[in-house]
Amino acid sequence: MSTSRALPTVTHLDELESEAVHIFREVAAELERPVLLFSGGKDSIVLLRLAEKAFRPGKFPFPIMHIDTGHNFAEAIEFRDRRVAELGERLVIASVQESIDRGRVVEETGPRASRNRLQTTTLLDAIEEHGFDAAIGGARRDEERSRAKERIFSFRDDFGQWNPRAQRPELWNLYNARVRKGEHVRAFPISNWTELDVWQYVAREQLELPGIYFAHEREVFRRDGMLYAASPYVERMEGEDPFVTSVRFRTVGDMTCTGGVESHAGTIEEVVEEIAATRVTERGETRADDRFSEAAMEDRKRIGYF
Amino acid sequence: MATSEQALSTDLLRLVTCGSVDDGKSTLIGRLLFDTKQIFVDQLEHIEDVSRRRGNEYVDLALLTDGLRAEREQGITIDVAYRSFVTPRRRFQLADAPGHVQYTRNMVTGASTAELGIVLVDARQGVVEQTRRHAYILSILRVPHAVVAVNKMDLVDWSQQRFDEIAAQLDGLMAGSVGGQAADARPKNLGLPDLCVIPISALQGDNVVDRSGRMPWYDGPALLEHLETVEIASDRDLDSRRFPVQWVIRPISDEHHDYRGYGGQIAGGVWSAGDEVVVLPGGARTQVEAVETIDGPLEAGIPPMSVTIRLADDLDVSRGDMLADPAATPVVARELEARVCWMSDRPLEPRARLAVKQTTRSVRAIADELVSRTDVHTLEDAPAPERLELNDIGVVRLRLAEPLCVDPYGENRTTGAFVLIDEATNETVGAGMVLSAS
Repeated sequence: MSTSRALPTVTHLDELESEAVHIFREVAAELERPVLLFSGGKDSIVLLRLAEKAFRPGKFPFPIMHIDTGHNFAEAIEFRDRRVAELGERLVIASVQESIDRGRVVEETGPRASRNRLQTTTLLDAIEEHGFDAAIGGARRDEERSRAKERIFSFRDDFGQWNPRAQRPELWNLYNARVRKGEHVRAFPISNWTELDVWQYVAREQLELPGIYFAHEREVFRRDGMLYAASPYVERMEGEDPFVTSVRFRTVGDMTCTGGVESHAGTIEEVVEEIAATRVTERGETRADDRFSEAAMEDRKRIGYF
Repeated sequence: MATSEQALSTDLLRLVTCGSVDDGKSTLIGRLLFDTKQIFVDQLEHIEDVSRRRGNEYVDLALLTDGLRAEREQGITIDVAYRSFVTPRRRFQLADAPGHVQYTRNMVTGASTAELGIVLVDARQGVVEQTRRHAYILSILRVPHAVVAVNKMDLVDWSQQRFDEIAAQLDGLMAGSVGGQAADARPKNLGLPDLCVIPISALQGDNVVDRSGRMPWYDGPALLEHLETVEIASDRDLDSRRFPVQWVIRPISDEHHDYRGYGGQIAGGVWSAGDEVVVLPGGARTQVEAVETIDGPLEAGIPPMSVTIRLADDLDVSRGDMLADPAATPVVARELEARVCWMSDRPLEPRARLAVKQTTRSVRAIADELVSRTDVHTLEDAPAPERLELNDIGVVRLRLAEPLCVDPYGENRTTGAFVLIDEATNETVGAGMVLSAS
């Protein structure tokens, strides 16, 4: 039997990958109309790779959806279109600008205006419009404290709300994906991955990332101790003078709330070294949207954020 | 720290911590995260800031683990939290389960995926009812490795005598060894297969990450050292081949016209091309043509790898079927006797109708009989209870509308496990471990 053969070693990346592939296949098998959320960021690029592992040589049994704030890094959009074309899969774009034009949401104003908050409405509208019953996302439990307690299959009610006190117990690799019409689940295949795991996986799988993840010269300004890209989407305040320096971004969100870090890491290996040595979480360092209150993420998640 | 090269060699250990704030569990987790440099500066500044605003005299490490607003406001832990840490030797995934009686369901949840459980004991109190309950849950969930961390040794003057007393209490309670030596002839009341007892002070860091100089009489490993070196590869079930079919890959394209692959996660055994298989519950026989991923064919696949299996013959195989070794098949069962942890506010009563989800298959079932209920305080079984309430553990006999392919949980933690779903509410209301099947 087994004893004569050399057994494969299963590394932590192998095990995390296997878990994620299993989750992808469960979502596809147990739900009628799933959708894969794609932001152009490294986590969703990893999701695309995992979906290939789960379903090739078949097609993905779901479309890919981008919630487009209209305030994106140009590199991320260019990357999105190219990658989706290479995969030969279907892309759905839900636009925050359209939500504004239709009067579903009201644009914020002033130097701290962001469309980050508005995305939630656009997302929930798109889920309803297309009749999606599962949205697969790249959230990770290491990102933020309330995420650490969220299930891999996270149930949302008719209003798209998350109720942290009424979560379904999740045991072994058995996921309860049952929903009624109008309800949906958010499924997070890389829940148990850390930022470092993601980068190690990017390196192992030799995945291409948008250039903004690597050190590049960019015009930035400093606000609240973070470096923001100077762009037409952000109104600068008194004293926020732009300057050029070498930065890279740890997350790719909306340009209005995503900060960069000073870095000279130009390759995946150099970035992995920097991440392994870093002392600040990626959301704490570079996401303004999580810095407002002790429970910022929990509050946004309750009303239906990613 | 871990770099790209190390990523190719580190493995993953999933562990569960059992205990309450009083045992110093949050302090221990905070210490493990802090000393392995997983707590980032912004997180530390944040909890320092919150502790100060609340007028605490010390930095409350529990704030790191209490993620939800209600938990912070009420100073309680509601739910299982999952966190990660990494050392150069191993990547860890920690399920942090609150320890109160009413949270049995959370501990069962955290233990279901764990390969190692840490039970905290307060050195001043010794083995208490809660210790027994935690050990019991680890044993019924078949967590292969257990550590009892005897905490607050600083408060008993680092006393070897006190530690020996506690170790002796544990010895009577479950299969035990002190300092990592294997136990053999001792009584195995709760059947914990591998137990290591370590004296620590989570508050002062003794024997957590580094060995303490204050307990020279202890010559075993520090906690982290033990976590880094405990052998887990051999825990995998390599004996009987089990493969629940999860997803049929059948591309509708000219290029892959005749391709038919079965995607799934290997639940048991070593799988290679040429192996004989039986497709259950139908019973058709064939051979494995290939075990593969998109990266190419594999020489051998083992648990818990997700792979695609192709078969030599074109059979009617679909999700919910199980591929297995014809020489050692699972039971194709219509009746299960199972240990169940009940997780719903609405009690389980005899004759209840439920859905059972086991591997990739869901069937309807009737709870024909409640055989016994375990008192989680005394760990004694009382026969024929009227109902199982939230957080109760008992033995239930289930009659299935359609067959399931199962093994006793004692033989396979994947094919012997199931959840119970209330089809009226869609809630997950119970977790089950197969004792016997027919």
